[in-house]
Amino acid sequence: MLWYIGRRLLQMIPVILGATLLIYALIFLRPGDPIAALFGDKPVNQAVVDLLREQYNLDKPFVVQWFLFLKGILSLDFGITLTGRPIIEVIKTAFPVTMKLAVMAFIFEAVLGIVAGTIAGLRKGKLFDTTMLIASLILIAVPIFVVGFVAQFFIGVKWGIVPPTVGGDASFERLLLPAVVLGSVSFAYILRLTRTSVAENLTADHVRTATAKGLSERDVITRHVMRNSLIPVVTYLGVDFGALLAGALVTEAIFNVPGIGNTLYDAILRGDGATMVSITTLMVFIFVIANLLVDLLYAVLDPRIRFDK
Amino acid sequence: MTNNPPYPGQERYVRSLEESPLQEVDAVDTESPPTSIWGDAWKSLRRNPMFIVSAVLIAFIAVVVAFPGLFTSQDPTFCELSQSLEHGRSGHPFGFDKQGCDVYSRVVYGARASVAVGVLTTVFVVFIGGVIGAMAGFYGGWFDAIASRITDIFFAVPFVLAAIIVLQVIKNLSNGTQGFVQGVGSVVLALVLFGWPPIARIMRGAVLSVKNSEYVDAATAIGATRRRNLIRHVVPNAAAPVIVIATVSLGIYIVAEATLSYLGLGLPGSVMSWGNDISQAQSLIRGGRNVGVLFYPAGALGLTVLSFILLGEAVSEALDPKARKR
Repeated sequence: MLWYIGRRLLQMIPVILGATLLIYALIFLRPGDPIAALFGDKPVNQAVVDLLREQYNLDKPFVVQWFLFLKGILSLDFGITLTGRPIIEVIKTAFPVTMKLAVMAFIFEAVLGIVAGTIAGLRKGKLFDTTMLIASLILIAVPIFVVGFVAQFFIGVKWGIVPPTVGGDASFERLLLPAVVLGSVSFAYILRLTRTSVAENLTADHVRTATAKGLSERDVITRHVMRNSLIPVVTYLGVDFGALLAGALVTEAIFNVPGIGNTLYDAILRGDGATMVSITTLMVFIFVIANLLVDLLYAVLDPRIRFDK
Repeated sequence: MTNNPPYPGQERYVRSLEESPLQEVDAVDTESPPTSIWGDAWKSLRRNPMFIVSAVLIAFIAVVVAFPGLFTSQDPTFCELSQSLEHGRSGHPFGFDKQGCDVYSRVVYGARASVAVGVLTTVFVVFIGGVIGAMAGFYGGWFDAIASRITDIFFAVPFVLAAIIVLQVIKNLSNGTQGFVQGVGSVVLALVLFGWPPIARIMRGAVLSVKNSEYVDAATAIGATRRRNLIRHVVPNAAAPVIVIATVSLGIYIVAEATLSYLGLGLPGSVMSWGNDISQAQSLIRGGRNVGVLFYPAGALGLTVLSFILLGEAVSEALDPKARKR
């Protein structure tokens, strides 16, 4: 097992290096001069331009820029934004908000998805099952931003149940609606996954044996059906947590959440390359780590899977 | 044939042939041509109501995309501000948007851009991912090692995020207004560039599980080259999971286009698409005058995506013999 983890960690290095190089090339090999853009309509002072170029390493060849960026990341120095704030500080304020949002969305989708999915799977073809299937299909088919602003309009603006936007105050109450919207698509997937898995396991031989030996229905379901059904669900949840952290961009834009996605979106619109690269690298890192954890979790849950040395 | 024990002392009961399941074996028609996985799948698909519904819907959408003029006589670009946000009336069932354009005809004509993005992205993603995955799985060795690492690298960047960055770059490159072709082209490029890794991974896995089958060995034995083996025997038998994922992904790409347009980075505003109309409607529904400006384009998009998801599920059921029996 340790061997396997070590090998996977080693394998992560070229992937992360490659992904940062890819993003770096996309962002910095484009035409257009962000420094010149900073001046707007004012006359350009060449001395200031040269100083800024040097400060952002834009005067050096591309590969050197990339190396300097990597060196900075290793010492947790991400550089500064185009407006002069250290990027690490921006991340430090924005990341906890996104983390909080993602955890709330995660709890929502996991708990409700598994409970509803199990009930639907146990009563396949009944009214509850059909309703849930249709609801989940709608959630998957309609873009998240439509769900977002319909919810924002009715629940937040019209009925005033919860505050419609988050703004500077990322409290539990204000993050509630964005979290539900963020988790809604995954909720639909988890529900369907749990439902299929439970329905499939209900007909398994070991479940029939458990029923035949006289175990109560409740014990059969909790100890034999659920345990096996949740393996694919748990692995999905693991990958999804990484995706929630990385993919909160749209939800954060709708509800004006001061999180990492919103910061990144602003940076993209402003053409702030250093911030874009830093945050994207962070997201790639989270995503890769989440994938590794899921693979390890899979082995713990499913004893049939053993890692070769 | 009787069931009398042929030897004294043999008291074992032997079922008569009529009772034995051997009859089922005899009943198999050995004269008819062998059924393929695709033939079987098609047979069970035809009886699946989910397939019929989604196929009819998709056929209908295809007709709307090809001949929008059949469904509306209104010009979607003819707008009168005096009709701004008015409710539906005869000839204009869905009412008018903020500029006073007919919402119904915009929904009909908007199908073209959204569906074009979905279909083109799927075609390119399946081609690129399929070729890379199949070759990596089949040839193995150094090619597999390099292809798999490259796949991992592209897979590690979150999809929508990557598409946003690519589109922003394209926008900077082409500084100017984009027409329909360039607009759709750049969204497709952005989605394809980071959309192929999942397909490549699935294709590689499927090829790996197929390439050591007896029929591949048999083909090699009668002198098939490796390339012929790959194209004629391995790929057709490994394609099933890729086709399922591709069908479902087509819907996901349409949603992605709408999301990118909502963020202001997708299709240019001049191109009529569901995504653009939905994002413009966001600020309008607050006024509450004509909710149709949001509801109809979103509904059309949802229905299209839904039909592809249902089609994908029906195909996946048909291609999985285990699910078919149940």
